[in-house]
Amino acid sequence: MEGFTGIMLILLSSILVNNFVLSRFLGVCPFLGVSKRVETALGMGFAVTFVMALASVISYLVHYYILVPLNIEYMQTIAFILVIAALVQLVEMALQKLVPSLYKALGVYLPLITTNCAVLGVAIINITKEFTLIQTLFNGVGAAIGLTLAIVLFAGIRERLELSNVPEAMKGFPIALISAGLMAMAFLGFQGLI
Amino acid sequence: MFNEIILPVAALGSLGLILGLGLAVASKLLAVKVDPKIEQVRELLPGANCGACGYPGCDGFAKATCEGVAQVGACTVLSEEDLGEIAELLGVEAKMGERRVARVLCRGDEENCASKFEYYGVSDCRAAAMLAGGPSSCRFSCVGMMTCAKVCPFDAIYLNEVGIAEVNEAKCTGCGRCVVACPKDAIEVMDEKNITYINCRNTDKGKAVTSVCKAGCFGCTLCEKRCPQDAITMVDNLPVYDYDKCTHCGVCAVVCPKGSIALKTPITQTAVISEDPCTGCGVCKKVCPTKAIKGEPGELHVVNPDKCSACNICVEKCPEDAIELCDK
Repeated sequence: MEGFTGIMLILLSSILVNNFVLSRFLGVCPFLGVSKRVETALGMGFAVTFVMALASVISYLVHYYILVPLNIEYMQTIAFILVIAALVQLVEMALQKLVPSLYKALGVYLPLITTNCAVLGVAIINITKEFTLIQTLFNGVGAAIGLTLAIVLFAGIRERLELSNVPEAMKGFPIALISAGLMAMAFLGFQGLI
Repeated sequence: MFNEIILPVAALGSLGLILGLGLAVASKLLAVKVDPKIEQVRELLPGANCGACGYPGCDGFAKATCEGVAQVGACTVLSEEDLGEIAELLGVEAKMGERRVARVLCRGDEENCASKFEYYGVSDCRAAAMLAGGPSSCRFSCVGMMTCAKVCPFDAIYLNEVGIAEVNEAKCTGCGRCVVACPKDAIEVMDEKNITYINCRNTDKGKAVTSVCKAGCFGCTLCEKRCPQDAITMVDNLPVYDYDKCTHCGVCAVVCPKGSIALKTPITQTAVISEDPCTGCGVCKKVCPTKAIKGEPGELHVVNPDKCSACNICVEKCPEDAIELCDK
């Protein structure tokens, strides 16, 4: 799994086959929280993509250039959370300055990326799979694209659900959770792709 | 020792430090300019976050006023001084909104309105109201467990001596939280200047009301008929006031057989007929909306001060100018 083919496989795997939300069940919080409208879902997707790509690379560097030489790999989780938290702060500041409308739309979910298991998950998976730096970057981006794809598709479904005639007891989150489950089952179909 | 404890602490500590410094630099570089007025206005606002203005908290209201969306006067809590200061800061005209207060519309205390059962549950109106509509026999009655007082951010509601919630209108800002909290919908927010109002929420008819409460409005329509200004219409067996017409003359409060109509300022005057010019023509007796004047034709007429609301109608109508209002 070297070179271009390897990278394409990693991308395909992280976007479709091992989709972070729908097959690894990571990052379900923003998946349900920010999927009311396609626009905000897309914005959240971009924020996550940015954070994930950066977090992957930096956590990789932290792991191989700080933790491994010092023989403190067991501090991986804490170190990664530290890096991710700092990154999210940075993204938040940048968004507030550059894209205030997006900053407003994302609201509380942007700080929530800090404690998002999807971001931490991708950083740890990169290390356990022993990816190279390039592979790490693509795995991070792929995972984020997968998450964005899932959120945006789901937001589209939920926008239609708003207009449809749902039984009283199923309105809101119940029907959203059921649709999420159905989506996850649909994504099972990608399992044989690789 | 070094490898196990100091090294990881130092490594993570310095990592954190570097990231922190990076963030500090970034926050300077990426600082967003916020209108300093918003902060200043926010400082002057009461900070109760009561929501009476219709915005999410004082922060939201400060932002809205600075953007010119909201009127400063919409804050009902603001003192006139602070209002003036904010108006000056923003360069707008200070206009105080009509002061609004909450009023508990119920007189169903233990004496007037008997209990259906003894309630031994959670001391909360909402819980009590769920149990067969609450212990009070009137389904519109104040439960008296002070859920409204618990939600009041201004500590303006207290339990009066007869066991009904009462609003201290000096402290009340009309934010309406008690209205939302009250399970009986017994509280209403109204303009403070409207001192005449129906002190009952029971929409039932005649006997259904009198059988549960001695002080409840049973829809006799006397107030509607006697109102000299025609300001009252009966809706759902309760009088509804048209405050554009109402002069707060107090006639309705006097004629109400149950005393259900509140008149916040007591009637201090009464009409007095002088013996000398009175010819006993009977005009005053005829026009008096509260039927407070008695007298035989041709003889001196007399006003019953307990029934007189000092509405001034007889004074105006007397052909001999024999009547004037005096302090009681």
